[in-house]
Amino acid sequence: MKNLLGYLKRYRAQSILAPLFKLFEVALELAVPFIVSYMIDNGIKNADRTLVIKCCALLVLFAAVGFGFAVVAQYFAAKAATGFAADLRNALYTHIGRLSYSDLDRLGTSSLITNMTSDVTRVQTGVNLTLRLLLRSPFVVFGAVIACFAISVRPALSFAAAVPVLLVFVYLIMLFGMKLYSRVQSSLSLTVRRAKENLDGVRVIRAFGAEDDERAKFSDENESLCAGQKRSGRLSALLNPVTFVIVNIAVAAMMYSGAIKVNDGALTQGETVAMYNLTAMVLVELIKLADLTINITKALSSGKRLSAVLAVKPSVKYGAGSVEPAGECAVKITGASLSYGGKEALSDINMEIKTGQTVGIIGGTGSGKSSLIALIARFYDCDGGSVELFGNDVREYSEKQLRALVGAVPQRAVLFEGTLRENLKNGVPGVGDDVLHGALEAACADDFVEAKGGLDCRVEPGGRNFSGGQKQRLAVARALLRSPSLLILDDSSSALDYATDARMRGAIKEYAKDMTVIVAAQRVSSVRGADVIYVMDDGRIIGFGTHEELLSDCPRYAQIYASQTGGDGDE
Amino acid sequence: MNKALLHKILRQIKSRIPALIAVIILSLIYAGLSLYVPLLFGRAIDLLIERGVDFGLLAPLLIRAVLFSAAAAIIQWVMNVINNAAAYGITADLRGKTFEKLHRLPLGYLDVHPTGDTLSRFTNDAEQFADGLLLGFTQLFTGVALIVGTLVFMLTIKPSVTAAVVLLTPLSLFTARLIASRTFGMFSAQAADAAKQTSFVTETVSEQKTVRALGAEDDDRARFEACNEKLRASSMKATFFSSLTNPSTRCVNAIVYAAVALTGALTVIAGGGMTVGMLSSFLAYANKYTKPFNEISGVIAELQSAFACADRIFSFLEIPEEPADGAVDRAKLSDEVRIDDMSFSYLPDRPLIEHMDFTAEPGKHTAIVGPTGCGKTTLINLLMRFYDVRDGSISVGGTDVRDMTRRSLRAGYGMVLQDTWLRYGTVAGNIAVGRPDAGLDEIIEAAKRAHAHGFIERLPQGYDTVIGEDGGGLSQGQKQLLCIARVMLCRPRMLILDEATSSVDTMTEKKIQQAFDELTQGRTAFVVAHRLSTVLNADEILVMRAGSIVERGTHVTLMEKRGFYYDLYQSQFRQGKQI
Repeated sequence: MKNLLGYLKRYRAQSILAPLFKLFEVALELAVPFIVSYMIDNGIKNADRTLVIKCCALLVLFAAVGFGFAVVAQYFAAKAATGFAADLRNALYTHIGRLSYSDLDRLGTSSLITNMTSDVTRVQTGVNLTLRLLLRSPFVVFGAVIACFAISVRPALSFAAAVPVLLVFVYLIMLFGMKLYSRVQSSLSLTVRRAKENLDGVRVIRAFGAEDDERAKFSDENESLCAGQKRSGRLSALLNPVTFVIVNIAVAAMMYSGAIKVNDGALTQGETVAMYNLTAMVLVELIKLADLTINITKALSSGKRLSAVLAVKPSVKYGAGSVEPAGECAVKITGASLSYGGKEALSDINMEIKTGQTVGIIGGTGSGKSSLIALIARFYDCDGGSVELFGNDVREYSEKQLRALVGAVPQRAVLFEGTLRENLKNGVPGVGDDVLHGALEAACADDFVEAKGGLDCRVEPGGRNFSGGQKQRLAVARALLRSPSLLILDDSSSALDYATDARMRGAIKEYAKDMTVIVAAQRVSSVRGADVIYVMDDGRIIGFGTHEELLSDCPRYAQIYASQTGGDGDE
Repeated sequence: MNKALLHKILRQIKSRIPALIAVIILSLIYAGLSLYVPLLFGRAIDLLIERGVDFGLLAPLLIRAVLFSAAAAIIQWVMNVINNAAAYGITADLRGKTFEKLHRLPLGYLDVHPTGDTLSRFTNDAEQFADGLLLGFTQLFTGVALIVGTLVFMLTIKPSVTAAVVLLTPLSLFTARLIASRTFGMFSAQAADAAKQTSFVTETVSEQKTVRALGAEDDDRARFEACNEKLRASSMKATFFSSLTNPSTRCVNAIVYAAVALTGALTVIAGGGMTVGMLSSFLAYANKYTKPFNEISGVIAELQSAFACADRIFSFLEIPEEPADGAVDRAKLSDEVRIDDMSFSYLPDRPLIEHMDFTAEPGKHTAIVGPTGCGKTTLINLLMRFYDVRDGSISVGGTDVRDMTRRSLRAGYGMVLQDTWLRYGTVAGNIAVGRPDAGLDEIIEAAKRAHAHGFIERLPQGYDTVIGEDGGGLSQGQKQLLCIARVMLCRPRMLILDEATSSVDTMTEKKIQQAFDELTQGRTAFVVAHRLSTVLNADEILVMRAGSIVERGTHVTLMEKRGFYYDLYQSQFRQGKQI
């Protein structure tokens, strides 16, 4: 949590001024019972109408001035809370931009989105309430106690004794209440999840006749949710009544010992009324405090989550960028392995790609093609062995260098909402339209882009107004216009028909003649023209060579080839 | 609000009406008891006279005050507990009912209504209905009881001072309203800015890997900071102005308090039959009196939304359900599937399938091919009886499917769809959907046959790896393999495969095909396919176009015919061949 407080430091002045003005407001409120008591003892007793009117005028004045103080306090609190939240969001966003792929996998992007949105909002509310109200309540409670002591010590004792009792009681209710509440929340999300699953998978559930099973499970979850809610409701329903009783016992005790003092002439009737009113203020404040605690607790748990995310050290450390790419060898992998936590996804990978070569990687679903590419582009670091790019270990390049050097196009092409031009220029704001057009042409995307209205055409969220094949071509164009030294196409033409696929590969080669290209694919046709083809299976390279060499030497490759030519291979 | 809705609500909460009545009575008693306490303390204050305190009167008075407040507290607690039990009970009832309803709804409804929409019946609507209705109702009732009670108590003490309170209270309500209406626009502005930011964050964070691969993170950060700044400004405005509500009402209440003090004190001085104790009680009441007003205005909005929720829930529960189940057990019949002069359409005015006739002999494999939208998937919907035919019939083993229990009809088929569906749970649990009692060895065996065993082993916890909602980190192909393993585990009598291997590579597909061949050996199977290899060996190929079967035969006979299938084959499948 400490790292979060750092962001509040920038609002130190506001964070101090807000509670300070609250303190002034409370002081004026605490004065009210004294004015009333003075009015009773002097005004009413002596039938002094002017004094009564003066006292009441003072009450109105205090109300107005108190309001002024409150406005100032609210202003500073809002300023600090919203500024703090904005800074926190910026910091989080920047932080997410530094996390590595495996960090992102581990933290989960949907949870990061929750962090960025609802968690920050809750913390903002928490800070705002803390500055504004959480300090107000203790001010009122302790101020009232002190004020009572100032009037008369004996009667104030019974009141003072009640305060810790109340605090402990409120604290206990909150403590157990939060526990029960979080249990209710988790069983609630269980029922919601089951309902959602049943809706999404209704065909499968009905096809497998699993309705009764699901219904029984839902009914159990629903019952335990209801029981939990009742339990938590019973507990929190105690808060109001018990506080009410404790305060009234304190008032009665105070009045009795006050009566003794009054009888002795050591205390006036008005002063007893003042003490009574002070206790009533405390009651209201304590109940508010309890409500607040719920919000604050929520904010704290959100804060803890945020703090944990911010504390994550990016697992990939980029180099200083002091090395320069050079050499004949674009990629050199020696004895590399990679695992995502389970069995190795890549084992003992050795690979050497000369600058300017076109290299194919072929293999089935889950054979490790994408993992291999992730190593080359340094989306992940290998567990063993080493990866060199253009003469240097990948870990020595800065992130900027690396991204400029390697253009990787994934199978699932992603477009962002905005215009097509924005999408293409994202990250390379300086490039001109002629470059964009050249890249689109090389990616065989120029014709449909023209048809959609050129570079300024709208891209809807998720790029849903483009077909899969169109998105893939745009993603290729986006990579090309950065003119990378190494272009990696990771199954990025899977949605294209064979003819377009072939045309695009030709155009890319034409576009940048000395660019090194790696094509990972399931289709033999996508890689058969490559200088070298690597065949992958089960996380290993099981063969490499040209198409012809592999056909005769690598049975696996021959099998794949056969499976894609309808088994006869005659055409 | 209409009468019919009120009727339905009453029927729904019928079993809780005694609880409601109890709550009403208890809230009246509570209001009386809790308001009596300040009066007692007021009387006690009147006894506080220098050198003249009557302790004999004072002590019982104070004890009475404590006892009354204890009684009020107990009643308040009991009231809340009863009320909570009723509210949560009704919510659970409604949740249960909507869930039950879900599995009785025809797919015709579920297919066209967004999941999120239906889901909110389970969550928000059920909860808001119970919360708003019951908690709102009691709050409203207690609020009114407290206001009336306070008025009565004040009037019995001194009508003239009461008038000051009654006249000034609207001021507090008015200020609260004013601020609320002013801040409404600010909150909308804040919500709009927040929504803009959320959608930006959702896009760039969920696709963070792409952002990074493009080196676009600096660009994005600049854009984020710009919209973050906007949000900060609008949030500042909304937060600040809305936080003025409490100080303003407090200020107005303080003025009411001063007015009571003034009129009260002057009445005491004028000897109008009022004591200092009464004044003190009055001041306590003045503090209490304004509170329920502020609460009630919130309650009314809550009640309105509760009724809206109720309306949505009831209209959901009233959606026509699937027609009643037949009684025949499909398991006892043969596997001959016969479609007899069958017509079907999703929309009455848009005919889809017209007068289809077809018989699948037991043990034969039927492939269904045709361009997108020709009715392939519809046919499967009808075979599984996810939809009912409009005219004609579909029968299995000579019995109309409408005369069978749906359960037994569907149990006869093993179905793999192109759209994969995985639930939250372990890999093993996901494979065992159709047979929850299957042992791990059987599950592994099924996974091996679906060629899923290899990648499952590589997952962090193997078969015990928990798959998140929507399949988590699995690729589309891997998800499809898990769905195939499910069917492998059930070993059904007949198979329906709707582009079941569309996202699997050709080698794996070939292997799965072998496994399917083993599984379908001698069994009836329907295959919707888009790849050549899955169609070639079918006993009969149905070529569909715009809802009707235009050609049928084996691959060889259809190719010889050089008709629609031949064209389709040339355009759709040929490109799959090496040129």
